[in-house]
Amino acid sequence: MPAITFNLNGRSQSVNVPNDMPLLWVLRDTLGMTGTKFGCGMALCGACTVHVNGTPIRSCSTTAASVAGKNVTTIEGLGGAHSVQKAWMEMDVPQCGYCQSGQIMTAAALVQKTAKPSDADIDEAMRGNLCRCGTYPSIRKAIHRAAQLQQGGRA
Amino acid sequence: MKLDTTRRGFLQTSAGAAASLVLGFHLGGGEADAQTANAELNAFISISPDNMVTLQIHKSEMGQGVVTSISQILADEADIDWNRIKTEFPGVKPVYGTPMMGTYGSLTIRTSWAPLRKTAAQAREMLVQAAATRWGVPVSQVRTENSNVINTATNARLTYGAIAADAAKLAVPANPTLKTAAQFKLIGTSPKRMDTQMKTTGTATFGMDYRAPGMLYAAIERCPVFEGKVKTFDATKAKAIAGVKEVFSIGHGVAVVAENTWVALQAKKALVITWDEGPRAGNSTPGLRAAWAALANTPGQSVQNTGNVDTALASAAKKIEAVYEAPYLSHAPMEPLNATVLVTDTKCDVWVGTQIQTVAMQAAAMATGFKEDQISIHTLYLGGGFGRRGGEDYVHEAVEVAKHMKGTPVKTVWSREDDLQHDTYRPASYTKFSAGLDADGYPVAIHAKVVSPPFGQPGVQTEGIRDMKYAIPNFRCEQHSPDVGIPVSYWRSVGYSQNTFFMESFLDELAAATNKDPLEYRRKLLANQPRMLAVLNLAAEKAGWGTPLPAGRFRGIAVVSNIGSFNAQVAEVSVTGGKVKVHKVVCAVDCGIVVNPAIVAQQIESGIVYGLGPALKHGITLDKGRVVNTNFNSYDPTRIDETPVIEVHVVPSTQAPGGTGEASTPTTPPAVLNAVYAATKKRIRVLPALQKDLA
Repeated sequence: MPAITFNLNGRSQSVNVPNDMPLLWVLRDTLGMTGTKFGCGMALCGACTVHVNGTPIRSCSTTAASVAGKNVTTIEGLGGAHSVQKAWMEMDVPQCGYCQSGQIMTAAALVQKTAKPSDADIDEAMRGNLCRCGTYPSIRKAIHRAAQLQQGGRA
Repeated sequence: MKLDTTRRGFLQTSAGAAASLVLGFHLGGGEADAQTANAELNAFISISPDNMVTLQIHKSEMGQGVVTSISQILADEADIDWNRIKTEFPGVKPVYGTPMMGTYGSLTIRTSWAPLRKTAAQAREMLVQAAATRWGVPVSQVRTENSNVINTATNARLTYGAIAADAAKLAVPANPTLKTAAQFKLIGTSPKRMDTQMKTTGTATFGMDYRAPGMLYAAIERCPVFEGKVKTFDATKAKAIAGVKEVFSIGHGVAVVAENTWVALQAKKALVITWDEGPRAGNSTPGLRAAWAALANTPGQSVQNTGNVDTALASAAKKIEAVYEAPYLSHAPMEPLNATVLVTDTKCDVWVGTQIQTVAMQAAAMATGFKEDQISIHTLYLGGGFGRRGGEDYVHEAVEVAKHMKGTPVKTVWSREDDLQHDTYRPASYTKFSAGLDADGYPVAIHAKVVSPPFGQPGVQTEGIRDMKYAIPNFRCEQHSPDVGIPVSYWRSVGYSQNTFFMESFLDELAAATNKDPLEYRRKLLANQPRMLAVLNLAAEKAGWGTPLPAGRFRGIAVVSNIGSFNAQVAEVSVTGGKVKVHKVVCAVDCGIVVNPAIVAQQIESGIVYGLGPALKHGITLDKGRVVNTNFNSYDPTRIDETPVIEVHVVPSTQAPGGTGEASTPTTPPAVLNAVYAATKKRIRVLPALQKDLA
């Protein structure tokens, strides 16, 4: 099968996988990048969220072929010092932590698009991301904090 | 996390978690190197020459913060520098828990608090003794601070790392002096969680993320009917998928082993299987309900009987009856179940997020026929547990699969559909109440009859009813335990998860029947329960009980004592067109001494969000012996836009620690649905409360 090439976290990446293989499994099993999580396989929980050309998508329901030539960003590509990650660390958001990569990727896209999101904006953007530990109140606080940090805000 | 089995192999344990300090000083692996070896002061604490302290976390981290809270207890009592700690999850040893090493029952702090403090205090005294000997001074002249020993006369200092090897050779003091509460530096504070950074950068290794060299991936198509078996199967289509390595029956299902998870899941769907559905294919939700309703009209096994209920009911001024129902529930942790297993001729390694390492070890021993000392359980981070990961089924299956692929590590992965359709469920319950009220409207008698499948320890089916704290002179609780072949097990807060809803809703009914304020009603019946009363009053006060609310908003209240803690909640709701909006939940909790207040608040919030789901959204439905729910579209947990503002108020306490992980889940459904009653005058007696029930 012909290689599929895309830009992954700033670097060109080629993979020899079937066209219809979900991006999630390309990342996790083929490339060993396990920060992106499997939760439902049907785009219902958001655990597998990554960015394709800056837009948050569910990688479990996105084929490898569809990201050819595009920019894919995963949790590993956020760098660890992204305003959302900083806010998450400040607020100690994660509990079990399994859904948090997806939460953070969705939140990163939100604060990118909406500099100062309201609670309603947060609910709207984040309702596709399930968390069974119920970290939602902390997520709300952390997104407000991330928006502040993004604008150069201080503690 | 690194598991040095060689080093751990040197551990020698004595009986009893508290007393068993092990004392061996092990010089590295093949090449002994005293400069890099850790000195093991005991089974929990070892120290390297460069003064890094490694703590063994004997409990599983599934979000409840045990890596942090256990480290706080050990570090505080042993005066370990908080910034120079590494943690590991150890293998199965009696010292880490007998009869089971595991994390369940909200027991971590409750059962580890005293032994961990003693263990750490012993280590500290051994370090002090080693320093005193080296300096030739009395121990009274040595103090400890931040992983240093200090000569109080000269201010000379040595790091723990410099004397740990000496300390490890010393006798273990039997009765070390513990710190007083005033001396605590870490206990009672909220340092940042030690697992936040890795869980914010995608670098924490959950079971699902473990990768062994040459590993293959497996998925299993299980008989959709519980207790059913494979009759025949045709793997032609599955084997035609590129990357499929093996297809074989494991009895209750057919396993596919493939080169990656996606291929395994695709091939699983391509299997053509004829099932022997067994004796349980007739189970359905309406059928079970009818059978249990009939059972509830017959005498059950008495589990609690105070006074004379029959006489008191017969002479009561007013009699009220009600039936409450709750469905089976799935745990649905975010990380689908999985385990990676390597079986060789002589041993079996299991890499798994398990709540009970001993159960996992026994499952692997049973599946392989090996002795327990041939099994190694390597604990990874758990993407949620809630009771599900205490099970043996998923480990047993994964070992069966790996046994078939001897010499090759295999990760068996569950899909979300597998998770929802083959859970070990929170049992459903059909519970009938009769109450007799006196002329003032207070209960003189309550009779409860619980119909719910049996599981676990005796009494879990009725906890939350039989052990209720209200002063009711005549009280009887009976149970029927129909075993209907649907696997059931522990679900966050266990029996309280449904019974507290039943009890607290029924009590609300009694108050409403005589036009009494539900708070005042409870206060009167809890007059002799100071800790219950304290959380009830605190929640009511903080929620402004009795003060005016915006138009359309109503409050409900509920209280419980479980897992050694006390919890009251006031929910504030509105109901529009049958749709419930929970605006706010104010929660008061008394969980005794608090190790980490921020983590306690997290756990309480977490339990409330977890409890909202079964109150308003999800339950398992059965038809033709099968679970109808398939994925999060038909079993949809609470989402962020459905999450209220939550306030947590902790009662200051010097009592022994209580649990927190399961403290708040029971009270949320009754608090919310009592508020719904206040809003609509509709009493919800069947969970979940759906829009159609309230429209």
